[in-house]
Amino acid sequence: MEPLLSLKHLVKHYATQKAVDDISFDIQKGSIFGLLGPNGAGKTTLLRMITGIFYPDGGEIILDGKPFNPLEDISKIGYMPEERGMYKKMKIGEQALYLAQLKGLSKADATEKIKYWFKKLEMESWWNKKVEDLSKGMSQKLQFVITVLHEPKLIILDEPFSGLDPLNANLIKDEIYGLAKNGATIIFSTHRMEQVEEICDHIVLVNLGKKILDGTVKDIKQQFKENIFAVQTAQSESIQDNAIYNVVRREEDQVLVKINEGYSTNQVLTQLINDKVNIVAYNELLPSLNDIFIKLVEGTHASTRAFQNQ
Amino acid sequence: MNKTWLIIQREYTTRVKNKRFILVTFLMPVLIIGFGFGFGYLSATGTEHRKIAVIDPNGFIKNSLKNTSQIEFSFPSQVDTINYNKKGFTDILIIPKFDGVKKTDYILRSKKSMGLMLQNSITDKINGAIEDKMLQESGIQQSTLDSIHKASQFAELKAYEDKGSSTKESNAGLAMGIGYASGFLIYITLFIYGSMVMRGVMEEKTNRIAEVIISSVKPFELMMGKIIGIGAVGLTQFIMWIVLIMTLSSVAMGMLPADLQHQVASLQQSNGQMGAGMMQASESATRIYQMQHTIQTANWPLILGCFAFYFLGGYLFYSALFAAVGSVVNEDPQDAQSLMFPITMPIIFSYLITNMVTQNPNTPLAFWASMIPFSSPMVMMARIAYGVPSAVTYWELGLSMVILIAGFLFTTWLSGKIYRTGIILYGKKVTWKVMLKWVTTKQF
Repeated sequence: MEPLLSLKHLVKHYATQKAVDDISFDIQKGSIFGLLGPNGAGKTTLLRMITGIFYPDGGEIILDGKPFNPLEDISKIGYMPEERGMYKKMKIGEQALYLAQLKGLSKADATEKIKYWFKKLEMESWWNKKVEDLSKGMSQKLQFVITVLHEPKLIILDEPFSGLDPLNANLIKDEIYGLAKNGATIIFSTHRMEQVEEICDHIVLVNLGKKILDGTVKDIKQQFKENIFAVQTAQSESIQDNAIYNVVRREEDQVLVKINEGYSTNQVLTQLINDKVNIVAYNELLPSLNDIFIKLVEGTHASTRAFQNQ
Repeated sequence: MNKTWLIIQREYTTRVKNKRFILVTFLMPVLIIGFGFGFGYLSATGTEHRKIAVIDPNGFIKNSLKNTSQIEFSFPSQVDTINYNKKGFTDILIIPKFDGVKKTDYILRSKKSMGLMLQNSITDKINGAIEDKMLQESGIQQSTLDSIHKASQFAELKAYEDKGSSTKESNAGLAMGIGYASGFLIYITLFIYGSMVMRGVMEEKTNRIAEVIISSVKPFELMMGKIIGIGAVGLTQFIMWIVLIMTLSSVAMGMLPADLQHQVASLQQSNGQMGAGMMQASESATRIYQMQHTIQTANWPLILGCFAFYFLGGYLFYSALFAAVGSVVNEDPQDAQSLMFPITMPIIFSYLITNMVTQNPNTPLAFWASMIPFSSPMVMMARIAYGVPSAVTYWELGLSMVILIAGFLFTTWLSGKIYRTGIILYGKKVTWKVMLKWVTTKQF
């Protein structure tokens, strides 16, 4: 299948450094794509190029099979930046209407769609309120509605859940699934790895302006697995290092073992049974994205760079 | 273009619907008229009263020191510089013996220092007395002197300007008034609407809505939409003020007594001359007629047309710069202050130049200041009030307008470059030097 968005060797310089340094990846239609990276890695710059706010210094962006043209393609994109803002003194309904019209919707069309979404997310009573009367979470919900209102093919959400309570976060999460199911492609940028693991199909990790990881969540976990298995048992003291495996850690009711190269999981099981260990559960421990993230980013001076970038 | 129109609409309607706008629009004329009356009332009633004791060994000056509404002269015998205050005098004036040759000092001692105007009027009176005294000594009769003094009030200058074949009455006082008023209005509105643009841009930046919007429209469209929208608000306000003032003054005319209105009307028909057989016009009718007549000598369509042009031109010229400043300011209002300084300075200087030009419309300073777009909106209005083409030739006016248009195209281009970088840049303190770099290097 042809990807919806394809970045080819994108480069963007700032005065003193390369904010984005030769990054390429594809995003498939209808997928939920995670763009990860520490602060200052170049995520926002990358997103600003995809939304047409910045022009790349080099490389190419292909959207829907054609070179990206910011003026024409703006209506195909919905962007919810991390730094969210609203006109504080403007009525919410009017504000949503204004922003939808700027995206190219007609007034009647926009009104109808706003009403639909307000009803769906139980925001109907908000129309005549002002943004300054809303809580942070509420204005976030409003932001989300404004982002997806014009039915964009590509929805870019930068930290969409920050400040939302679990109830509203779930509400938005369900909407994101729904939108992806209906064919929209979603780029999801965050530092919250547990959300990425839960939501995203495919991720890219950038650091210091370069892509350092690209793949499905499943593949990446396989790629970074360290052959560690958890053995749940009451007789943990019976498990000792041997030729087949080494004990990594002992916990209250389970032991983590690392299988040595050249041995299979069944050989571990046979050994355990021979040692008269009563096995309650036996399963592979895959690294969390959080672990992978920290492992890859740690020690790369990412934090100092983030500071310079401010 | 369609989206710029949406932005203009939003900027315009949110401001015009605002209660403060409506209040200011209706209260401003009332306030101005109220201040005018208040000022007039205070200056009519609140003048200080001086009681001056005069010690004059010459004797001849006494006749010339006539009492006025503000000064009461007395010639007591037992008063000196120590006790004058105790005896109820505010000042004491000591006139030395006059020998008719030397310039001498006249001493005025006061508990509270006297204003320059009063001092000058006393000096004039004394000099007049000396002049009379010397004229009399050279053989001129007092009665001759009196008639000469009277005759010296005869002349009143009535100026006309020649326009090709026709001659038109001109009025320097009115020209000065119009020049001053329009210069002042442009000065004030540049500040009000310029800083409104700046605050609007700052709001969008600190609110972080700018990034949402410029993912839909080009930064330049957002900036222009704001500038044009707020400019339209300013224009609306002016038009409403003109309508309000015209309505108020015609209402005021309608409230005059019927025979007075009738007299004014007949004066207008007869061009100010009371024909034989007509009833004599009262003093107030004549005064109203003269005021109307004076106002009519100005070329109002030209003045209003030029005012609209120079207001808009000056506004566009400066508001683009204000927008650029707004876009680079972070939350700290002190940054705004220091960055605004280079913009507010030329506005203030232009206003000072305008004050000079209202009196001398044809100096080299007036010419150059009415060409340079930083000052031309204010200064040219002061010159236009003296008449086109008599004070300002058509080519001067045309050139000034072309330069102003070129000027605001330039500042808009310049500010557009600063704006599109500044509006999404957070947390960095920006100096004019950095901005210059944004203009000269290709950023995006």
